Amino acid sequence: MKLPTLREVGTEAKLLLIGIPVFIWTMIPIYHMFVFAISPKEDAFTGKLWPTHPTLHNFSIVFHQQHYFLRDFWIQFWNSAVIALAVGALTLFVATAAAFSISRLRVPGGRVVMNMALFTYFIPAAFLAVPMYRTMGTYGLLNNHWSLILAMVTIAAPYAIWVLKQASDKLPVELDEAATMDGATTLQLFRLVYVPLMMPSLVAVGTYAILLAWNEYLYAFLLLSKDTDITLPVALGNFLAADDSPWELLMTTGFIYALPPAAVYYAFKRYMVGGLTAGAVKS
Amino acid sequence: MAITLSASDVPSPPLSARLSPPQIWGIALLAPYLLVFLAFVVYPVGYGLWLARHPSSYVALYNDPIFARAAVNTLIFLVIGINIKMLIALFLSGFFAQQRPWIRWLSVIFILPWAVPSIPTILSVRFMLNPEWGVVNQLIFKFTGDDGPNWLNDPAVALAMAIGVHIWKSLPFWTLILLTGRLAIPHDLYEASDVDGANWWQKFRYITWPSMQTLYITCTLLSMIWTLGDFNSVYLLTGGGPADLTHVLSTLGIRYLRLDQLSLAMASIVCAMPFVLPLVYYMMKRLSR
Repeated sequence: MKLPTLREVGTEAKLLLIGIPVFIWTMIPIYHMFVFAISPKEDAFTGKLWPTHPTLHNFSIVFHQQHYFLRDFWIQFWNSAVIALAVGALTLFVATAAAFSISRLRVPGGRVVMNMALFTYFIPAAFLAVPMYRTMGTYGLLNNHWSLILAMVTIAAPYAIWVLKQASDKLPVELDEAATMDGATTLQLFRLVYVPLMMPSLVAVGTYAILLAWNEYLYAFLLLSKDTDITLPVALGNFLAADDSPWELLMTTGFIYALPPAAVYYAFKRYMVGGLTAGAVKS
Repeated sequence: MAITLSASDVPSPPLSARLSPPQIWGIALLAPYLLVFLAFVVYPVGYGLWLARHPSSYVALYNDPIFARAAVNTLIFLVIGINIKMLIALFLSGFFAQQRPWIRWLSVIFILPWAVPSIPTILSVRFMLNPEWGVVNQLIFKFTGDDGPNWLNDPAVALAMAIGVHIWKSLPFWTLILLTGRLAIPHDLYEASDVDGANWWQKFRYITWPSMQTLYITCTLLSMIWTLGDFNSVYLLTGGGPADLTHVLSTLGIRYLRLDQLSLAMASIVCAMPFVLPLVYYMMKRLSR
């Protein structure tokens, strides 16, 4: 075996000098949360880097809803899940139909719609939240899950349409022509040719919309208020209202809340990285 | 019903006779999005602008010291925060471009802040910085015997921390984007420059930067637009405090909303438009090609 030269050792050392701080920087807030989650109450505030008696007791308290702040944990978890899935499904439906119409059927005015959608995509969501809140009130949807679902579809759809349009522009026109020659109706073309070919992009877009909705805080906190209606992130924010909030339980709940999206993200990383991020700013 | 509604948006005059079945389908399939767009974008935005029509709202904003402070904070957040973030991202994209197994593993971990929701991690940082029980001040006390500062009680420090949280969250995303740009540069360019004896700065200056500058600038602008909407980093870390000195425009709008001053909220957003719209226009031109 050849020994590494001094120069190689030097390069490796320099890389480590970058890599170690990057690792520590990335992990600190997550590790801090994790330590809180596995610390018993009396250990949580001693500033130890690892608890003397690590325990899963906090998780058991959360899962059994044995605290005032957690009495609606499961229903809030359920709310988050239902809303996220509904947003995913609705966004997929709205965006696939629109992208098919704009890109494959070349509907008149499609380009204008695409530009309007892109415009919405670039307007900061926090700015739209202010008039959206009032509008939901006008529609009588405040404190109703539909308000959050529809708001999130509004925010997720533009990017979804754009990604799907980019992908479907790449499908050869001859496919549609051949299918039409064989007597396929437009709807059959959509169902039997378009959707199967677009599967990877559809998975990416659906995942994007689900994660967006699951992670949303601002809209959820504006549009929903009853303890049994709110989603998990709003419940986490409400912990802060009290002076005596049980941090270790808050961090445990936060940890549980963060796990599903992280798992989904890593499971679909292939789609997320290739399909979405690169497309967002292609030069 | 849906068909007539969306068809009215299409500028071709005699509709019913000229449209082929695929085009009718096209309009029908576009209708769901158009409905969403009309009901939840056009109407709210129009209504909001209508609310913000009175000059008196702008006078009130002008006289509100919190608004001036929020505007300055937003500028600091965008101009300083984003540029620091993008420079680090540019640097780290070079680091992650190195082919090493451990660097590949590190990149999987590095993406975590982007993959997990921001609320629990921001709250985690907030607890770390708690003056009495937070781990930061505990450690300061352990090693120096002194009480640490009350981090979030100093507006400058609190804003810096909010920027830090923002960078923590979105740095992985931009590093990843810049990394894809960097990996697209043909490798023989670097090999040829090695033969010519170029140092790392010359390689960066004459190979990496020219191929990445458009991407870099686009990313910076896009990040600025999105950061304008970053409500969580400030709201959940500082809540706009102390004494409403760390608000940015996005949290200020929500603050006015909660105080039931909707016209002020809309006016503060309208004030950001001269800055936002050119950026949006530039991004749309890039993306709709």
